[in-house]
Parts: sequence; C-alpha cells; structure tokens
Amino acid sequence: MDIDLITQVLFAAIKTGTPLLFIALGEAICEKTGVLNLGQEGMMLMGAVVGFMAAYATGNAGMGILGALLIGMVMSLIFGFLVLHLGANQVATGLALSIFGGGLSAFVGSSVVGQTITGFQPIEIPVLSDLPVIGKVLFSHDPLVYLAIVMAIIISFVTNKTRLGLTIKAVGENPHAANAIGIKVLKVRYLAVMFGGAMAGLGGAYMSLVYTPMWVENMTAGRGWIALALVVFASWRIGNIVLGAYLFGLASIMHLVLQGMGWSISPNLLAMLPYVATIVVMVIISADKYKEKLLAPRSLGKPFDPRQMA
Amino acid sequence: MIRVQARTEPSTLMTFASPFLAIVLTLVFGSILFSALGKDPLQALYVLLVLPLSDAYNISEMLVKMGPLLLCAVGLSLCYRANMWNIGAEGQLLAGALGGSAVALMFVNSDSMLAMPLTLLGGVASGMFWAGIPTYLKIKFNSNLILTTIMLNYIALYLLIWAVHGPLRDPDGFGFPESAMFSDATLLPVLFESGRVHLGIILALLLALFAWFLLSKSHLGFKIRVYGADEPAATYAGFNAKAISWFVMLFSGALAGLAGVAEVAGPIGQLTPNVSPGYGYSAIIVAYLGRLHPAGAIIASIFLAILYMGGDLAQIEMGIPIAVVGMFQGVLLFFLLACDFFIRYRIVSSRENMA
Repeated sequence: MDIDLITQVLFAAIKTGTPLLFIALGEAICEKTGVLNLGQEGMMLMGAVVGFMAAYATGNAGMGILGALLIGMVMSLIFGFLVLHLGANQVATGLALSIFGGGLSAFVGSSVVGQTITGFQPIEIPVLSDLPVIGKVLFSHDPLVYLAIVMAIIISFVTNKTRLGLTIKAVGENPHAANAIGIKVLKVRYLAVMFGGAMAGLGGAYMSLVYTPMWVENMTAGRGWIALALVVFASWRIGNIVLGAYLFGLASIMHLVLQGMGWSISPNLLAMLPYVATIVVMVIISADKYKEKLLAPRSLGKPFDPRQMA
Repeated sequence: MIRVQARTEPSTLMTFASPFLAIVLTLVFGSILFSALGKDPLQALYVLLVLPLSDAYNISEMLVKMGPLLLCAVGLSLCYRANMWNIGAEGQLLAGALGGSAVALMFVNSDSMLAMPLTLLGGVASGMFWAGIPTYLKIKFNSNLILTTIMLNYIALYLLIWAVHGPLRDPDGFGFPESAMFSDATLLPVLFESGRVHLGIILALLLALFAWFLLSKSHLGFKIRVYGADEPAATYAGFNAKAISWFVMLFSGALAGLAGVAEVAGPIGQLTPNVSPGYGYSAIIVAYLGRLHPAGAIIASIFLAILYMGGDLAQIEMGIPIAVVGMFQGVLLFFLLACDFFIRYRIVSSRENMA
C-alpha cells in the first residue's frame, strides 16, 4: 500500500466513524443514567430525513442540523414519556421507536428522494492541514467531524470532573439513593434521553448532509444498532467510544482497502464486515461476565417509579 | 383531583382490552394524519382495512402475508416469554429462504416426490442454524442477544444478495439477480384454483396451535412461563435455563426459516433479493399485540396482514406512500405499550380515595 492510499483510508475512516461517534456519545450518557434506548436507528433516520429536508428547503445546511437536533429530541420524548412516565418496557419501547422512525422517515422523505443539496464543505485548519499525511487525515475535515471530537472532550470532562457528572452517575447506579438525597431522578433521565435523541438526530444528519448528501430510505443501514454495541464494547468510557467509533469506521471501509490492494471479493460479502466485526468484538469483550456487570450502570434498563417509593 | 394509583393485581380485563384499544387509537391517529394530508380519512381507512377483505383474491393475498407473520410471531412469543430477546426473525427468515432455495435448485429439472419436503427441511434447518449462532454466543460468551440477532439480520440479507448475484443466480437469466424458477414439484401446493394462498398458511396455523398446546399444557411450556415470569424461582426449582433458551431459540428459528422457505417455494417461486418486506420485524409487533400467546398471534397476524395488504391498495388507489404501513406499525406498538400502563395502574379521583 502506498502512502496516498493509507492517507485516503484513514481520512475516510474518521469520516465514517463520525456518525457512530455522535450516536454512541448520546447513548452513553443516556445509559449512564440507567435508560437503555434501542430506538437509535429510528431517531437517526428521522434526523437524516428532517435534516435533509430542512437543508433542501432553506438551502442552508446549518438549518438541516437544527432540524435534525429538534426531531431527534421530539422522537426521544415519545420514548421518554412511555418509559419514564408510564414505566413501559425499555427494550420493547426502543424497538417500537426504531420501527416507527424507519416507517415515518420513509413516509415523510418520499418527496425528496433523488434530490441533492450542497452539504458542508471541509475546513482546512491553517498550518496543521499542510502537514504530510496527518494534515489530510486529521485537519481537513468538515466542521461536524471537529464538533464530534470537541463534544467527546466536553462529555468526558463533564462525566468525570463535574457535579453534573456525579449526578448522572448517582441516578444510573442507584436511583433510589439519588432520589433520597433530593435528585430529581426522572428529570435527569428525561434530559439524558433528550440529549441522546439530539445526538442521534445529529448522527443521522451527518449521513444525509455530509456523508452522502441525499436522502435514501434506510440509509443509515444499521449504524444506530452498531453504535449501541459500541457503547457496550467501550464499557461506557468516552475515550474508548472515540477509539471504537473510528475503528468501526475503518472496518466499514475495508472494502476500499481490499479493492485498492487488488483483491476481488464480492462487494456484497464485504458489506457484511462491519456487522461481523460487531459480533466478533462483542464476543471478545463480553466473554468476561463479571467485568461487564461491574462496568455497566447498575440500574440500566430498570424503571424507576417515584409512585412506588416506600 | 384525578390521580394514578397502582393496582394491587394486574388487570386481566385491561390485558385483553389493551390491544384493541391500541388499534382504535392507531386508527384515530391515522384518520387525523390522512386529513392533514388532504386525503379523505374515511376512504383511506376503507382502503386500508375493508378493501383487503372485499373479494376472494384480496383475501387470498391477505392470507399469503399472514403466513410468514404468524410463523415468526409464534416463535418470538415463546422467546420473549423466556426473556430471550430475539430480534432476529428477519434474518432467520432470510436464512430459511436462502437455504431452502439452495436445496430447491437441485431439483430444477426434477419431479421427485422428495423435492418439496427436502426444500422445506433445508429452509427450517437454515433458520435453526441462524438462530443457533446468537444462542450459542449468548450462552457461551454472554453476548447481548438483541445486538447479535440484529447484526445477523444484516449479515443474512447481504448473504442472500450475494447468493442471488453469485452462486445461485440463474445461468440463463440474462444476468438478473434472481435464481432459476423452481420446478413444480418443489412448489407448495396452492389451496384454491384462483389466488396464491398455499399450504404455508395451513402449516402456520397448525404450528400456532401446537405452540399453544405446548405453552399451556406441557411441562416444557410451564417451565418457559415460570422462567420468564420469575427467573430466580425457576433457577431455584432446578430448571435448566440453557435448555430452555436453546429450545425457544431453535423453535423460533425453525418457524422463521419455514416462513422464509415458504415464501420462495410459495408465492415467489424463485429466490430474489426481495423475499421479505420486513415480516420478521413486524412479527415483533404481532407477538406483542397477541400478548405473547400463540392464539393471540393468530388474531394479531390477521390484523397486520390486512394492514400490509391495505398499504399496497392505498398506494395504488390513493397514492399514499407504502411507508405508511411501517409507520402505523410503530404507532400501534407505542399505543399498545401506553395502554398496557393501565394493566398495572388505574385512575382514581382523590376524594374517593380519601373516603
């Protein structure tokens, strides 16, 4: 492999990993408060279609981002109401959100299929982008790639170093104790769910505004689910999530690498790679039963009902 | 003041009323949506719900869609009762279609009596194999079943697409991604002279009845119910959790595999990339709507099949995008989960409470 190909591959890996990073960051916060939202795929698709339509209607990609953030939050509120207020099963409700988002996005998006927009243009960071290899790989991306990294840094700081981070942790580890010391458990969980929704919307918008600036039904192709797996692999640690997202970005574009090296494998078989990789990594990471139990937020997936407080 | 109060015992009435309430609410939601789109809501509901049952041809098409939904949903009902979150019916269905097709294509120029049974067997075995992978990974490596089954859905889809572009493609098919047509000896017999409804729906109904019997009358069914309701109690009673997990998953895989092979050896007649419009995912909704009971799944699968059929008709008759079906399914499950709240809670007025 020559140096140009390596540069191209790493550049594309970061781009491909960015939507995963947005979603996984949002879901990590959500899960840290004890709520498992399996609706990522649905929220992401809605973010993609609404983001695309807003950008298409206004001619402004920034409006697309705004639309995607809002629709992600609205979608997550449906989930939040059912799960937090009505105590519905989190797994079933999340699945419903994914099915609903898939159908609704195809429904509202049918009018813009085949349209194109001008997405975000890359920003070449002065000086740094002129560095050999690294300049292209790290410093000549579109603004959302940088935003994802900045958000990861902020989230890492907030969860590890601030009072808010402790509150999130308390709610996720022991909601009853948190409630007893005056933390509004449901409020924290609502906010975390909405944050997750906004991030999933953003991840979807990245697909339809930057990655392939158009709308196609089910264009996210399971990335919402892969991001959910990513949170588990990363053991809910932000640093691991960043690394994992880019590694999965790399796995998703391996077909380019193999084709570049002159291999001829069916593109349909290569398309399986990210899903196979997800299973393989999941098996390796979760084989240690006790480690996962130790690291997962203790109240993950369990409803908290203030009505039933003794 | 009206407020919410926990019931001392779950309400049996609400358990059965909730799915019907959810359906009514979904239809109300649909009417509002259609009005907002400038379509006549009554006409839209007529096309969605009544037209599919209006003549023999439409009913037969409705039954064609009901078969795979019912088969997948019965399997999923048992899985969910045993706390096995199998989201992989879609992949198991596609694996069944693929494995069954591989067998069927050995009989392209044959009228052997064995063609159909072996094809079905190939589909069932493939579905079981595809369900076996995540079960093994969960039991042996503690992998998250939801995520592995979903990943396997995508893998099965790409495997199928690869096969119709590669090894199973019709050599005389002008390069189209389709297999050769199966021989008549391979195809499932059609039930009536007109229409496409075939043996698959009979098999589906019989298997639903079998699962009903299994769940409510057999010792194994009793174990599944106890295991799902109270895992510690089941462990204390010495039930073999692994055996229960294996059984529900393989049973579910077999049924989904049968659903897949019955599509390719039934109405389609060859392997194409479009075997399933998402039956395996819709079956999750059927299973919930049917209260995770095989008998309930029969009724719920009729409703979802009507909705699928109505979606096709609404697109042709009124220009409503077919995606409305997927959206309604999600809305239906939302309303169902919301209505289920009242199984555990009731609304009381505070004054009554104080008295």
